[in-house]
Amino acid sequence: MLRVVRRCYMWLTYAFFYVPLLVVFVYSFNSNKYTTAWGGFSLRWYKLLLDNTAIMDAALNSLLVAVSSATMATLVGGLAALSVKRYRFSGRNSMYAGLLMLTLSPDIVMGISLLILFIACKVELGFFTLFIAHTTLCTPFVALTVLARLAEFDEHLIEAARDLGASEAGAFRHILLPLTAPAVAAGWLLSFTLSMDDVLISTFVTGPSFEVLPVKIYSMVKLGVKPDVNALSAIMFVLTLVLVLTAQAMLQGKKK
Amino acid sequence: MRQGQLFRVTSIGVTWFWLGVFALLPNIALLLVAFLDKGETDFFIPVFTLNNFEELFSPIFLTVLWDTVRLAVASTLVCLAAGYPFAYAVAKASPRRRPWLLLLVIIPFWTNSLIRTYALILIIGAQGMMNKALMALGLIASPIEVMYTDLAVFIGLTYTFLPFMVLPLYASIEKLDPRLVDAAKDLGASSLRAFWHVTLPLTLPGIVAGCMLVFLPALGCFYVPEVLGGATNMLLGTFIKNQFLVANNWPLGAAASSVMTLLLIALALVYRTVNRRISGRERRGDMFVSGVEGGA
Repeated sequence: MLRVVRRCYMWLTYAFFYVPLLVVFVYSFNSNKYTTAWGGFSLRWYKLLLDNTAIMDAALNSLLVAVSSATMATLVGGLAALSVKRYRFSGRNSMYAGLLMLTLSPDIVMGISLLILFIACKVELGFFTLFIAHTTLCTPFVALTVLARLAEFDEHLIEAARDLGASEAGAFRHILLPLTAPAVAAGWLLSFTLSMDDVLISTFVTGPSFEVLPVKIYSMVKLGVKPDVNALSAIMFVLTLVLVLTAQAMLQGKKK
Repeated sequence: MRQGQLFRVTSIGVTWFWLGVFALLPNIALLLVAFLDKGETDFFIPVFTLNNFEELFSPIFLTVLWDTVRLAVASTLVCLAAGYPFAYAVAKASPRRRPWLLLLVIIPFWTNSLIRTYALILIIGAQGMMNKALMALGLIASPIEVMYTDLAVFIGLTYTFLPFMVLPLYASIEKLDPRLVDAAKDLGASSLRAFWHVTLPLTLPGIVAGCMLVFLPALGCFYVPEVLGGATNMLLGTFIKNQFLVANNWPLGAAASSVMTLLLIALALVYRTVNRRISGRERRGDMFVSGVEGGA
């Protein structure tokens, strides 16, 4: 009896998560201009998006920021994870605490504090500031993903390699890198997702000449329900779905 | 050896550089600006003042803060109450299905919250699914207007942040050794008593972590109230955003954000205390279980 209740409750919660997204997805194919009634299947809203140069430009800008900041965050986050796990140095605990605090720090605080830094240093808002901000946002996520992977890792492997004459860099390239590669790749994908989705930080550090997709979507969403926003939301959801599934497959796949 | 040293210095150096310049330094700057005066043309001028903090005690800001904290606390508690049994059900599912069930939580966790908020309009809006369903069932005669109220913001925050509560809860419930609960029951505890005295205290780190992951972002997330809520009640996120992007009163915005930073630090300390207490207790728990096994 209790088991049935538990299971029903579980699936009801899943319905709560997915029904709204499913409704958006279905309505994005509705040919009717108003979402109130179903007017038959149509791809016209997707075509409208493709013809909208402002949205396509913003999407291109977002891709540029996401690819570059995810790459940088993977590099910095990977080195951060390596430092915390591999080396003993004073301030190591502070470094780990700093990474944790950074993931917990509200996005809006990161946005305004970086805005102050950029303005104080007279840096023009645009691609560069978004790149820095998104890298800072994603770095701790990469570091924690890689650290979780390194937690299962046997330190003696490296020592054995060093004893056998491998250099530190050699040990890194031949042992640490292949072992952590899935986590590093997953970290990149998750960073990409974070960057493509970020509204709270981008709102502050974006410049008038460099519009990004999430901020653009936000300005559209504020005006209420529109069929082309449905289509755009559906595309973004499917993109996230693909990225997250790939990242999870990488994290799970090579564990055994 | 020298090459290894170079590698080590580079790793640590790059990490400290990035954290120092783009995380620590901006936060110090933010704190400094909170003590500066706002200029006529500049965003802030180097004149020391406590006016910004004084303004935080004005009725206007206190109303904003009260409304924000109230909504954030309410959604955190509802997320906890709804998320705990859900996370429990997922953690207790058969090992074969568990990864898939977990994946179904991870997907909304990573899905753009703005898009999830938008999707909610199609459900709770005047022309939304909920009203259509209720009217079709004959339960209501005319659509209920939920949009643009506090209730809508509350639903939005709960919907948006529920996965953030579930994941840490799941992690701590899954880690819990079921033998501890069995031991309590063997010793005569009822299911409820075993839950209250064993399961709940041992999953406390997950509870605190989940509450942090819901409460802190809920304070500053400006798009949920702006999309679902009305213009009547301004919340903290919108207040801070307006000081920076509309009113150009950066020092006041910076001072207002310090409230969030203080709450973050307070909650982080709670988390650390709870975690330390539990790890001590877990060790004792392990000893207890192995003792039982040894005796049997």
